Amino acid sequence: MKTYENTGSKDTRSGFGAGMTELGRTNPNVVSLCADLIGSLKIQTFIDENPERFFQIGIAEANMMGIAAGLTIGGKIPFTGTFANFSTGRVYDQIRQSIAYSGKNVKICASHAGLTLGEDGATHQILEDIGLMKMLPGMTVINTCDYNQTKAATIALADHVGPVYLRFGRPVVPNFTPADQTFEIGKAVQLQEGNDVTIVATGHLVWEALEACKVLNEKGITADVINIHTIKPLDAEAIIKSVKKTGCVVTAEEHNFLGGLGESVARELSLTHPVPQEYVATEDTFGESGTPAQLMEKYGLNTNAIVKKVEKVISRK
Amino acid sequence: MADIKKLEAFVTQVRRDIVRQVHKVSSGHPGGSLGCAEFISVLYQELMERKEGFDMDGIEEDLFFLSNGHISPVFYSVLARSGYFPVEELNTFRLLDSRLQGHPTTHEGLPGVRIASGSLGQGLSVAVGAAQAKKLNNDNHTIYALMGDGELQEGQNWEAIMYASAKKVDNLIATVDLNGQQIDGSTDHVLDLGSVRAKFEAFGWIVLDIEKGNDIQAIVSGMNEAKAASGQGKPVCVLLHTVMGNGVDFMMGTHAWHGKAPNDEQLASALEQNPETLGDY
Repeated sequence: MKTYENTGSKDTRSGFGAGMTELGRTNPNVVSLCADLIGSLKIQTFIDENPERFFQIGIAEANMMGIAAGLTIGGKIPFTGTFANFSTGRVYDQIRQSIAYSGKNVKICASHAGLTLGEDGATHQILEDIGLMKMLPGMTVINTCDYNQTKAATIALADHVGPVYLRFGRPVVPNFTPADQTFEIGKAVQLQEGNDVTIVATGHLVWEALEACKVLNEKGITADVINIHTIKPLDAEAIIKSVKKTGCVVTAEEHNFLGGLGESVARELSLTHPVPQEYVATEDTFGESGTPAQLMEKYGLNTNAIVKKVEKVISRK
Repeated sequence: MADIKKLEAFVTQVRRDIVRQVHKVSSGHPGGSLGCAEFISVLYQELMERKEGFDMDGIEEDLFFLSNGHISPVFYSVLARSGYFPVEELNTFRLLDSRLQGHPTTHEGLPGVRIASGSLGQGLSVAVGAAQAKKLNNDNHTIYALMGDGELQEGQNWEAIMYASAKKVDNLIATVDLNGQQIDGSTDHVLDLGSVRAKFEAFGWIVLDIEKGNDIQAIVSGMNEAKAASGQGKPVCVLLHTVMGNGVDFMMGTHAWHGKAPNDEQLASALEQNPETLGDY
């Protein structure tokens, strides 16, 4: 079993901010848009260094999506920034018509996704955004797991032509992926090798999957742990290769089981290599106020939940 | 100096194209299309600085964004007759595998179209973004946008209207097609818009009226005035007073032809009123 070291916990949104800072220095076509959440999105350095390339939209997310689409006409690469809820559900038709159907090169960057937004409660904790975005033809959907990966993903987006939804979070979480990683859109990252189960995780649940792997090891269970940062297009090949070895799969995500990573994995496996599957995801429910840790415990999205689902799926083999 | 006779002949042919397109597939939106035939024709044939051919970025040329995408028949006719794609392609309007979708889209790669529209209220935001891209590129050209009046009931417009003024997007001329009609009846009846002028002015725009919105000379001079008012720190709004269905007597001034196609007899009458000028497709 490989060991992953937390090099210092940070929030993934700061990884986005750091990525934007670098893009500001290296790519003159990158522009940043924000709907009154500069501090939350950690883009102050980009703004300080490139004031002419920053667009403060105000609390008007629909307008932000339209303006972003318009900015691409003239060769700009717009990165929009607001909370995940206001980046997706609030502006679904604007994204659908003006960005996705119009094939615009807009990067929709969404912070505060999922339950770990915490105390603000369900009005702000979207658990449906991956589903909303992956349903749009041509949309790439990415959910990064830590600071380093979020920074690398942000930088990689500028070289990818087409609309992208980049989802990250609010809380400080372990930072364990390499600082010098190259982010390949659509390419799974195998973190652990095992024989008994495949754990496919995305976002904040990747670290939890690694922790679960340690607990399982003590119980004599070895797991393949796959970090799926790109939910669409899904690296089905990596997942199928793994389940052919292990014979079962647990998917883990901070999202409703409806429309999430788990469903995408289930579809691929059902077409080619059906195996027992268990879902670590919310059960078609809204969130509520609480600390991130309390919420992840209550809604079954942590290490313990993954361990339980692994034991269950193995019993179904 | 605008050649009014030439523009009139162009518009007459555009009217024929509109009614023929919707008649062939028994669907589409002739009323609003006819009402804006003069305006869009004048834009492309007289006012806009356009490059040869089409590229999406549209650097160093004026750009037009149609927000009320349901008037696609007039947009397609003017685009085709302005050289963006073969006029014969108007024959494929709304047919399977056509680039001329019911509502305009970039998805099938139709030259001349830069954004999908149809779901209302989105075009002005896109135009604002394109105008800001021009400023970033030091490209001293103008962005034109057209919206329906009923479309102003969509809230996103007012986000864009507030923003364009606050951010001094003064290379933008947005026209509202004030025909007073929408699907369920008059705009007064469905949801009274109140004073559109007062609203735009309150948001900090320069507002001009073109009272005779179906008069080519009035459009040319009104839009030249709008152009002269641009570049002074404020976005410009043109209130274009049009008659829905203009140029086809039985379609004029009623919402009945918003989304209805003429039958064979009605088509014959419409074509009789608008004799062929540039050659039918």
